[in-house]
Amino acid sequence: MKSLLKFIYKYHYFIIFILIECFSIFLTIQYNDYQKTAYLNSSNNLSGAVYSKMNGISQYLNLKEKNQELIYSLASYKELSKKAYKKNQISLIEVYDSVYIQQFEFIPCQVINNSVNKQNNYLTLNAGFKQGVIREMAVVSPMGIVGIVKDATDNYASVISVLNQNLRISAMLKRTGYFGSLNWDGLDYRYVNLLDLPNHISVNKGDTVITSGYSSMFPKGELIGFVEGIEDSDGSEFIKVRVKLSVNFKNISNVMVVSNLLRNEQLTLENKSSHD
Amino acid sequence: MIKIIPRNLFRFVVLVLLQVWVLNNIQFSGFVNPYLYILFILLLPFETPGWLVLILSFFLGLSVDMFTDTLGMHASASVFMGFIRPYVLQSIAPRDGYEAGTFPRIFYYGLIWFLKYAIILIFIHHLFLFTIEVFKFGSYYLVLWRTFLSTIFTTVFVILSQYLIFRK
Repeated sequence: MKSLLKFIYKYHYFIIFILIECFSIFLTIQYNDYQKTAYLNSSNNLSGAVYSKMNGISQYLNLKEKNQELIYSLASYKELSKKAYKKNQISLIEVYDSVYIQQFEFIPCQVINNSVNKQNNYLTLNAGFKQGVIREMAVVSPMGIVGIVKDATDNYASVISVLNQNLRISAMLKRTGYFGSLNWDGLDYRYVNLLDLPNHISVNKGDTVITSGYSSMFPKGELIGFVEGIEDSDGSEFIKVRVKLSVNFKNISNVMVVSNLLRNEQLTLENKSSHD
Repeated sequence: MIKIIPRNLFRFVVLVLLQVWVLNNIQFSGFVNPYLYILFILLLPFETPGWLVLILSFFLGLSVDMFTDTLGMHASASVFMGFIRPYVLQSIAPRDGYEAGTFPRIFYYGLIWFLKYAIILIFIHHLFLFTIEVFKFGSYYLVLWRTFLSTIFTTVFVILSQYLIFRK
């Protein structure tokens, strides 16, 4: 016993180091499993409050540019407002009455924390449960899609950014309708890759890439970006398309959380059929 | 001597806030980011016991982690840096050792000594941080490149801080 205590005393520095380091790495691994974490992130209230103060200042500096963006968004959403409604019954003449049921709701909010320089980036929004934001809702900005809500507290939400290697989004080419999955390679915050497109289709530089609407999160037709280049991989049936994002993630500020009112219905149905 | 504790606490808070409010928003060429908060570990007095350096490093890293959604990453890198610190101090000690009442700063031991001290520790910290961030060993040249660039920027900030704020 005495020699054990002596041993611990002699190597206490190294033992403490190993203990703390193991604990830190345990935290990192636990955290990388990003679906499971719900604690100590920037949606907690202390750091959330600090960030919203900070954001108050930085927003003022970008006022002019952001006003422009808001006008743009107002215009595009006036135009889109009919698209946010889904036909409830088949009829040849459109009547703006109860034949439409609302499918999507847009909750306006602001980005109060953001990063683009990590391998897996996250954003924090100043809206949470109280504003109707819950997990797995989509986040879009006037210029295009932003990400998916990972977690929410009463007043804040943390969002998995498109610039996160763990996130895959179903996207399609607007011109031809072929779809693939969108993924970030962790290198440049302006570009993402569209994978799994068959190699026989024609893709031109500048083609518009939009969300496919096949997942239950994003509405169909939200802008993602424009084709920048095509990479053929030898012998593979698929091509890789490089897409320039339409959103500038470095100065993103006003966004909307999209709540799909019919999501549960769709998921229940899909689960039911996949169990059969 | 009594003043050392509040002074270091103040430095801790200021460096963490500076890091999350200002420096995390600076990104040279996309993904290079100066991590000035580790200046706190660099400037701890020589006499600080080893276990205290480790614990302080852990909480320093954890505070930065809480703001950047990277739980554990900065903490483990800082703890590793705190662990290496006494060995670096030992290996670059001046011939007659460190005098009592002095601190690891340019003012006491000169620019060359401080540069050696800072660059070695900053490089170790950044290498650990970026390695644990990607968490795999593919495309390792990117990690080395980021470590190299970020080390330069952090060192520049550390040296500047020595001339501007901690002159004495």
